[in-house]
Amino acid sequence: MTIETRATGKAPAARTGGRRVAAPGRDGGRRRPSPLSTLAHLALAVWAVTVVAPLAWTVLASFKSNTEIFLGSPFALPESFHLGAFARAWSEANVGRYFLNSVLVVSFSTAGTMLLGAMAAYVLARYRFPGNRFIYYLFVSGLAFPVFLALVPLFLVVNNLGLLNTYHGLILVYIAYSLPFTVFFLAAFFKTLPEQVAEAAICDGASHTRLFFQIMMPMAKPGLVSITIFNIIGQWNQYLLPVALMQGRGADERYVLTQGIARISVAAGYEADWAALFAALTLSILPMIVVYAIFQRQIQHGLTSGALK
Amino acid sequence: MRHRRYPFIVGFLAAPVALYLTFVVGPYLQAFYLALTDWRGVSANPRIIGLDNFAQLLRDDRFWQAIQHHGILLVVLPAATILIGLFFAFMLNVGGGSRGGAMHGVWGSKFYRVVFFFPQVLAVVIIGVIFSRVYAPDRSGLLNGVLGWFGADPVRFLADSRLALWAIIGALVWQAVGFYVVLFSAGMASIPTDIYEAALIDGAGRGAMFFRVTLPLLWQTLQVAWVYLGIAAFDAFAIVQVMSVDQGGPDGATTVLGLEIYRNAFTYSQFGYASAMGVALFFLTITFAALALRVTRREAVEL
Repeated sequence: MTIETRATGKAPAARTGGRRVAAPGRDGGRRRPSPLSTLAHLALAVWAVTVVAPLAWTVLASFKSNTEIFLGSPFALPESFHLGAFARAWSEANVGRYFLNSVLVVSFSTAGTMLLGAMAAYVLARYRFPGNRFIYYLFVSGLAFPVFLALVPLFLVVNNLGLLNTYHGLILVYIAYSLPFTVFFLAAFFKTLPEQVAEAAICDGASHTRLFFQIMMPMAKPGLVSITIFNIIGQWNQYLLPVALMQGRGADERYVLTQGIARISVAAGYEADWAALFAALTLSILPMIVVYAIFQRQIQHGLTSGALK
Repeated sequence: MRHRRYPFIVGFLAAPVALYLTFVVGPYLQAFYLALTDWRGVSANPRIIGLDNFAQLLRDDRFWQAIQHHGILLVVLPAATILIGLFFAFMLNVGGGSRGGAMHGVWGSKFYRVVFFFPQVLAVVIIGVIFSRVYAPDRSGLLNGVLGWFGADPVRFLADSRLALWAIIGALVWQAVGFYVVLFSAGMASIPTDIYEAALIDGAGRGAMFFRVTLPLLWQTLQVAWVYLGIAAFDAFAIVQVMSVDQGGPDGATTVLGLEIYRNAFTYSQFGYASAMGVALFFLTITFAALALRVTRREAVEL
């Protein structure tokens, strides 16, 4: 409903023009939008265009020929919708492969993060034992350190373990670096769960492990969903760790999507095949649009919940 | 049950703690040691050289360039993002005025929120690559294509050392705004409507409403935003690496510490020196976080 079309006379805005504040219930005739509100709409629309334009332009350009990209107007439709760039991006530039690598790595790393993170957070939040606070703060202090500080030693550790340039090495590192926030967030969440349920379950003879998996985990579902989304998006978008750890001979086959796109971008510069670059970008953006369209509420909630803690 | 508590606790903590110690705590501690060595590559042996690396840092022009860029980022990125984000969040939540006593956002606020937030879902690398084309120095770039409609000459956004950093900041702000709109919106939604009603009855306009009601009650959220964006200002590695011309160029005009650490470690194999830079970055980040929390600390308005 807009302010303008509202028929019943509730106060339309804090101030519609003059200094007078419209009182509720007796303002039937005044429904002109205030200049401020028009301005607000204009600003919002301008930003919406600013957000959409580069993305729409990228998608459009992936159907164009190189000539059209260079000589045509940015938002002109291509003469015919070429699909060749997509074929090149998929088979020659290997976007498909990078995409699947990312799916593989992130599905294991997020699952592992959630399992190990929830286990640690649960024990730290609900069991008293010597060293509890120490371990908790050890995890939480990880939030204060920039990953760049650990970069060189991390590379050496992974190299010494023979895990350089392997999926499982990358997965383990993703999990380790996701633990601080996951533990911090979930420990706070597990603390809020009622004590009585746990006591009742223990009285009924449930083991601690069963209590965790069959009672506590389902009860913590809202928190788990938020932090799972947070981790999926964070790990999907990770760039520093893979460029540091997936290098060496034959590494390019194991690149994750972010690395792959960076590489295609460099290659496109040499070969001047911009259409293929745009196609590769489109192929990596479109799934995100679909996922975002479906889970938009959960994603917004998951990503911002960390900041609202 | 009690006797089986400890095996359970140990069983649940063993794997996460082991992983964390191996890949996170261990490397962080080692970094401080490596920073004191002249280690140059996997095969060589590290030799302790004390603070020589840090002395060399102070003479390194690239290092100072990077510090300067972090300074600019630290001011501009939070300021621009928070201002734009606050403005839009206020418009989306309160800007529509009051109806039936409750404050409303402008029409279409749900739609705007969904659109604004989307860039947050995309990887910084993908945004960097998109914007490296948006800023392309000829008519194939989106911006120069649009400028071409007005007959302007192409601008070399990323190749001009006076513009390059600003172009990159533009892309960062483009991505970040939506997140903060949603964050501030959530903060504003938790402000009780009767406070707005009371302000309305007292004759407050939208401006007064914003500065006297919304802003003070949103202070904590703003503080969080400021710290987050400040920490982001000390990163910027991914976007600079993929967006700038020859990685941090032209001529170091966009370089950041993360990039210098990466370059020294993996291009020049200067492990010791790269670690020293990491230590410097760590202290900068910590100092910022402590200062930010101290400076912005003020009486939170209790509801």
